[in-house]
Amino acid sequence: MLDKNGIAKRIAREVRDGWYVNLGIGIPTLVANHIPDGMEVEFQSENGILGMGPFPIDGEEDADLINAGKQTITAMPGAVYFDSATSFAMIRGRHVQLTVLGAMEVSTSGDIANWKIPGKMVKGMGGAMDLVASAENIVVAMMHTNRAGASKLLPACTLPLTGVGCVKRVVTNLAVLDIKDGAFHLVERAPGVSVEEIVAATAGELVVPDVVPEMEI
Amino acid sequence: MAISKVVNSVEEACAGVSSGMTLMLGGFGLCGIPENCIEELVRLGINDLTCISNNAGVDNFGLGRLLQNRQIVKMISSYVGENEEFERQMLSGELEVDLIPQGSLAERCRAGGAGIPAFFTPAGYGTEVAEGKEVRDFDGKPHILESALTSDFAFVKAWKGDTAGNLIFKATARNFNPMMAMAGKITVAEVEELVPVGELDPGQIHTPGIFVQRIFQGEKYEKRIEQRTVRNA
Repeated sequence: MLDKNGIAKRIAREVRDGWYVNLGIGIPTLVANHIPDGMEVEFQSENGILGMGPFPIDGEEDADLINAGKQTITAMPGAVYFDSATSFAMIRGRHVQLTVLGAMEVSTSGDIANWKIPGKMVKGMGGAMDLVASAENIVVAMMHTNRAGASKLLPACTLPLTGVGCVKRVVTNLAVLDIKDGAFHLVERAPGVSVEEIVAATAGELVVPDVVPEMEI
Repeated sequence: MAISKVVNSVEEACAGVSSGMTLMLGGFGLCGIPENCIEELVRLGINDLTCISNNAGVDNFGLGRLLQNRQIVKMISSYVGENEEFERQMLSGELEVDLIPQGSLAERCRAGGAGIPAFFTPAGYGTEVAEGKEVRDFDGKPHILESALTSDFAFVKAWKGDTAGNLIFKATARNFNPMMAMAGKITVAEVEELVPVGELDPGQIHTPGIFVQRIFQGEKYEKRIEQRTVRNA
């Protein structure tokens, strides 16, 4: 089974040389730590930076330089700052090649819910609806089950949706799954996790091939 | 000769703001918010405000100060996660909240300032956000019609500005400020440093002074950090 860093490490393998990548808050942020040396990748944060660098050294943090999670960051050489309209022009205009974000629920039709639990929690969608409506590659990073142990991979989302029919790949602590033809398709198992465990933790229809390789991370 | 937009104080900058108005406030989280104007709005004690701002501050800073005083009746935002008082007022029904996708919020402000009454976007199709909105397919993909936003006053914060109202923002403190500056009927810009005309390079100005009606140098900036994250040297 993977921890959050393991999920991020596996997702980093989805990134290709020359890509602009938007990383959401939480597990997705960790993906930046696992990009191979020498690979030319720029991270976009929708509050208005392309070329986001690591957290600053203690004492060098700047209140005017943050990411979409409101964390203090640094800028890489060649970085650029822009306003929110320009930022979402990059996103909606499909100039960003990969979006990685978290989710509360994902369905077999590629729907995603991650912004609201009616009556309990309303944080807002932030940029998530714009991101999922336009991105060509959306990878969801999440735990396979919620805190109560219930599957987050469902036949249909029960929570208010963030986007419809947009998620193509999910990486969890247990597995890599693709979404196509109205079902989850098991692609890889996390180290030490059996196919049976994944089947048991997946509520939506799951297609299991004869051979399910273990992730290389 | 350049048209001066200078006012001498935050009081003068906020003159004419009254209860029941719709206000835009720049910033993302606590980054790039008009701190001095918000404090003045608190002091004025006006209420029934509709505030358009990406976030709602934190409990005791930024727009959270106006929320604490119950001066806001409606918020139009995209993300409000860091404010317990906001969440309490929203869930209890005291505060009306219109949550809209961040990119749509930015574009709706831009459209409002640019003379575009509405536009189609794919963001929010198939979700609560699309309820009651016209849907039209373009290139086989459904989009929803979003309308422009304008406001009685827009309050923005820049790093440097000149007396003609030309503005330069610092790093990611730019965010929503340029679009809101365009969309306000009266736009008030507060800056960390106010310089004479001619000192800013015309090619490096982010917001042209034509969008700004009043400008002043803020008395002080706390610039609070919401999430201080650092690494080891």
